[in-house]
Amino acid sequence: MSELPLLDARTMAGFAARGFLRMDGAVPEEINAQFLAEVGEIAGPEPGRKLRRTYGEVLARAAVPEVPAGTPLARAYPQGSAMARLLELPVVAGAIRSLVGEAPTFDHHFLHVTFPPAYHEAGGGENVSQHTHQDSTIDPRQAFDLQIMYYPHEVTRPMGGTRFVPGTHLRKVSEAALGRYQNVRGQQHMVCGAGTLLFLHSGMWHGGGVNLSDRTRTMFKVRMNPSASQVRQFDLSTLERAAAQRPIFYLKGPQPPSVEQILMTPEPWFEDDTGRLEFINRVKLWRYLTGDAGYDADYWLTRLENLATA
Amino acid sequence: MRRQTVLVLYLTNSALDSAVVGWSRYDGTGQTRHMAGDADEPPYRTGLEALKDGWRLFQASQLLPHTPGAEFDVSYLKYEFWFEQLSEVAP
Repeated sequence: MSELPLLDARTMAGFAARGFLRMDGAVPEEINAQFLAEVGEIAGPEPGRKLRRTYGEVLARAAVPEVPAGTPLARAYPQGSAMARLLELPVVAGAIRSLVGEAPTFDHHFLHVTFPPAYHEAGGGENVSQHTHQDSTIDPRQAFDLQIMYYPHEVTRPMGGTRFVPGTHLRKVSEAALGRYQNVRGQQHMVCGAGTLLFLHSGMWHGGGVNLSDRTRTMFKVRMNPSASQVRQFDLSTLERAAAQRPIFYLKGPQPPSVEQILMTPEPWFEDDTGRLEFINRVKLWRYLTGDAGYDADYWLTRLENLATA
Repeated sequence: MRRQTVLVLYLTNSALDSAVVGWSRYDGTGQTRHMAGDADEPPYRTGLEALKDGWRLFQASQLLPHTPGAEFDVSYLKYEFWFEQLSEVAP
């Protein structure tokens, strides 16, 4: 059993159902300040200066290392650097262990800087939000990667924040093919205090919000892959297997809290028919994470797996 | 000059009077600029409400049979309806 503070079963079920885990203010101010110092000063807007040039200089000057894809995550950042210290925080290490297992592999990272209107006006570009997309490419796996979004300073609503649509992580789409979806019911915008972390399933639909404030917004993203099993890596002492299926459809009142209740809670954007497919795919993901091939919630897979051959 | 403004609504099923779950707008007159994440509440509750407000439907997504072996796969939003309004703008 790991000594780390692992995620409990209901928190894991929440991640399986909604594809995200938010930790507000999890990173101490000292590490936030160190990280922002490592990023360095960002030059102010200058007439005629293209934003691409300003951004390129920020990336080049920042004391964030270039790291080869496939490096063990534990060796990605120099000892004592802000990111190394962040990843060593027990609450962060415990969540990573629960979600992607032991010794994950570094995939890539990126320093996202979103500039206020003055930079766009000076450079002659348009200040718009990023199209909604799913990172990487079509990913048919049941296994998933983890993306950690780190917000080292406060993010207000005018600053834009990362926009994401809870529950979209199980949709098999191709990157920005979904860019025409400007707004989806239930979308969230990351408005948060300094040191907040957003753990995302790699399938989550998301995009950077337009910055309408007067200061730059900085977010650092790290993607990691499992290098071993993702199965039963969370706090198994909190995992209870229901003795029987819950009653379904005809209910006389609210059901008590449970993993099943979490997995069967719809999102505001669910379509009538594919919302049921989302439930089925959540059950399949929970089977994967728990190593319990016979698990079901609300009879969705039990009904379909009855081949009447007995 | 005539310019087209487009409204795309994503509904909960193939009925035009079902609820809106997603929406996008593109304004060819240039008077407004819509973009991702610019509204958290839909402009209409249903597609029918958009019709009643003067939007003209010009395309609806087809209902297609499910691919054998991939019946439980989910991907793009399924019930997409395109509407337009035409406006005169000064040349």
